[in-house]
Amino acid sequence: MSLRDKVDKIKPHFMPGGRFARLRSVFQGFDSFLFVPDRVTFKGSHIRDSIDLKRVMIIVVLALVPALLFGMYNTGLQHFRSIGVDPLFWQAFWFGFLKVLPLIIVSYLVGLGIEFVSAQIKGHEIYEGYLVTGMIIPLIVPIDIPLWMLALAIAFSVILGKEIFGGTGMNIFNPALLTRAFLFFSYPKWMSGNEVWIEGMVKGAGIVDGFSGATPLAYAAAGEISKIPSIFEMFIGTIPGSVGETSVLMILLGAAILIVTGVGSWKIMVSVFAGGAFMGILLNMFSVNDYMALPFYYHFVMGGFAFGAVFMATDPVTAAQTEKGKWIYGFLIGLFSILFRVLNPAYPEGVMLAILMMNLFAPLIDHYVVQANIRRRMRRAVPTGAGQ
Amino acid sequence: MEKEPVFSPKRLKMITEPLGKNNPITVQVLGVCSALAVTAKLKPALVMAFSVTVIVAVSNLIISLMRKSIPGRIRIIVQLTVIATLVILVDQFLKAYAFDVSKQLSVFVGLIITNCILMGRLEAFALSNGPWESFLDGIGNGAGYGIILVIVAFFRELLGSGTVFGYPVIEKLGLYSIGYENNGLMILPPMALIILGIIIWIQRSRDKSLLEEDKQ
Repeated sequence: MSLRDKVDKIKPHFMPGGRFARLRSVFQGFDSFLFVPDRVTFKGSHIRDSIDLKRVMIIVVLALVPALLFGMYNTGLQHFRSIGVDPLFWQAFWFGFLKVLPLIIVSYLVGLGIEFVSAQIKGHEIYEGYLVTGMIIPLIVPIDIPLWMLALAIAFSVILGKEIFGGTGMNIFNPALLTRAFLFFSYPKWMSGNEVWIEGMVKGAGIVDGFSGATPLAYAAAGEISKIPSIFEMFIGTIPGSVGETSVLMILLGAAILIVTGVGSWKIMVSVFAGGAFMGILLNMFSVNDYMALPFYYHFVMGGFAFGAVFMATDPVTAAQTEKGKWIYGFLIGLFSILFRVLNPAYPEGVMLAILMMNLFAPLIDHYVVQANIRRRMRRAVPTGAGQ
Repeated sequence: MEKEPVFSPKRLKMITEPLGKNNPITVQVLGVCSALAVTAKLKPALVMAFSVTVIVAVSNLIISLMRKSIPGRIRIIVQLTVIATLVILVDQFLKAYAFDVSKQLSVFVGLIITNCILMGRLEAFALSNGPWESFLDGIGNGAGYGIILVIVAFFRELLGSGTVFGYPVIEKLGLYSIGYENNGLMILPPMALIILGIIIWIQRSRDKSLLEEDKQ
């Protein structure tokens, strides 16, 4: 008896009227995990492709892997540097692996747990949207974040940011960023400052005298431009920061995967960088302090700018849907990120708030792009003088 | 005509309905702004709830007494004059007898004038009902407003500052020593809006009659 037959045999129990009808979505979730769904359209002009939500999500997770692996290595590297040890590559990686793993486990346990429960309550299929969110969240928090805080923030953003709006595909805000925003405003002590970015530094045991865990952005915000690491070091990513955001190199690798497979929108990525460059140059031109005079391309390798542009701004649910809208949406994200970053001392990193803000405006942008399109076509369809 | 008892079932409903089914905040969605502003701590929330109850009840009573002699075209001005007078009285009373709370509430006592519940009840109820009914309606709506304020403030103070009426509950329970921390977002007004949303969510999922007809 093949596995397919076995699955088919227990299927009636999970259908409406069956003994386990309440667990139908769990059954369907595993069924479609094991086998490609057999319900496809046969009629009409539909695109028939084997790509579905699960495969799309897997590609994004794959694109995140380089940043994740480097994040693990960097976590170890930064920790050993802070206690004055020069680690071997595997030593650093293994240390970081053990530290990042709990974040990933908590992220998936809480997030998927809520998805499963809410699917049972609402009686729909289990959506796969959390697969990516669950991988992004550990990458955008400081390594030392207490796990219960992370769990609470994830519960908040999945329930109040996503399930309330109708689940995957219906949310207004990017759930991963919402998690980070919740942590940022709820527990600022754990989300900013100079100690949280390096494992063990909050406890302060064995830290080398004079070692500072400050991120490049913290130096920049404090006006200590000379202390910012070299642009090459920031590009490679061996600097303090959130787990997966430091290495622009690895993020670009992920970007390449997303663009080649067509999963992520290159238009949004390019326009975010364009908007950032525009604002950076503008600030350079009218600079009154050292931070504003910082060459604009520095902003691309500092903080979470690249990560936000590649993995967060391109979230297909919360981004603008129209092609023209994507340019506007991305450009404004870049612009506001740098604006917040440089001109608002309360928020050393502006990317998170810029993307959340533009999430809110994406439907409006789409609306006007669609309306403009309708107007243009109407004018074309009714030549002057013919419409009487 | 038979005389109605002072607390007839119909009149009692005027007090009980605003507490749940016809709550000014969660169902009529009035007075939300002040619910966000004064609910970071329980004490100011309670004082605010009390002040609003007094003002709604008394202004309802006064307007109801005058309802037959107020010309329709200037009724809003008359209502505002009555409300403003009462607000100033309450404000002065608080300054005299509860100065620290009055300072915490700052402009929000004065802003009771703009609280939509007041004008809403005067327009919707006091102008067309007798004094005793209007008074009861005012008490009911003030209490309905107050109960939501107190619920929101309870969660915000407990989770945001770790206290209830200033008593350090979380510290006494020893939660800080095992790593618990207060939630800074609770102190910020957006969280009051979210808690309010959750209360509305719970209320509407328990009482299906509150749900709007599906338009499709």
